[in-house]
Amino acid sequence: MSQTRLIAIEQDILAKNDSFAAVNRQLFAAKGVFVLNLMSSPGSGKTTLLTRTLTDLKGRFPMAVIEGDQQTSFDADRIRATGTPAIQVNTGRGCHLDAQMVTQAVGRLPVETGSVLFIENVGNLVCPAGFDLGEAHKVVVLSVTEGEDKPLKYPAMFAGADLLLVNKIDLLPHLTFDVARMIAYARQLKPDLRVIEVSATTGQGLEDWYGWIAAGLAKAVAGRGA
Amino acid sequence: MHELALSQGIIDVIRDQAAAQGFARVKTVRLVIGALSHVEPQAIAFGFDAVSRGTIAEGAVLDIERPPGQAFCLSCEKPVPLPERSAPCPECDGHQLMVTGGEEMRVKELEVE
Repeated sequence: MSQTRLIAIEQDILAKNDSFAAVNRQLFAAKGVFVLNLMSSPGSGKTTLLTRTLTDLKGRFPMAVIEGDQQTSFDADRIRATGTPAIQVNTGRGCHLDAQMVTQAVGRLPVETGSVLFIENVGNLVCPAGFDLGEAHKVVVLSVTEGEDKPLKYPAMFAGADLLLVNKIDLLPHLTFDVARMIAYARQLKPDLRVIEVSATTGQGLEDWYGWIAAGLAKAVAGRGA
Repeated sequence: MHELALSQGIIDVIRDQAAAQGFARVKTVRLVIGALSHVEPQAIAFGFDAVSRGTIAEGAVLDIERPPGQAFCLSCEKPVPLPERSAPCPECDGHQLMVTGGEEMRVKELEVE
């Protein structure tokens, strides 16, 4: 008869993901690549904001994109139309990108030294929050056509974010959305959260966003191999 | 359903341990899932049931420990309990809080044979 015994493990459930994230982070640091993990609900205008960003920043520094969606390559097609290299990762039934998917995608993508890599996560404010991809920053996009209480409804997402982009602010005159209240909710979860209000349609606020990216890239390049 | 991916993570840990420590069946899996972590124990149990089928952990009992949320209040300069992420400091009602506990998700122990 076999004997029952206890084995102490004390291992993080995300250990495998985190080890891939560490590999990614090391690779990005060595090449001076500034990596942003973009997350939002479906319909926040994330892809439109990204294509506008890629178009406006073209020629300033090299960029590449990893697009995560459950199905279709529509988004990667939109990105490639801007002339930026893009890889579509279909997660199938999966609701988020994980670090291993990024490791594999990076192997198929020309990621240049001193470039910016945008990872557009699956549109979902829940699951992507839990998975470190090896990025420098998590960026949440929330549009003013959504509920202003979303930060409190999806706390893990906002607690883990470094930058909040408030999108579609050109529509504010037609809405009752209280931007200050939404930001106050978000800062309950992350007191030092950086916020930039933008409109991908009119271009309002985009220079601040581009300045933030350029500063982050400069830091990544300066710290290269350090 | 990221709980499915996390359940797969638990199975991965068990598989590695089985190879290293030589056991053939898992009777109990003790997990630590903090109150502020982004998973529901019920969803983990559901996901685990699905992904453990056909593995050495099939039919294992999941025993989930739930450490409470803890934070350090920068205004009060002391540790305080944090029942949920968006809750204010129970002393000063402020939000200058640094989460210090309750976010963990780990496999603590296995009962095997």
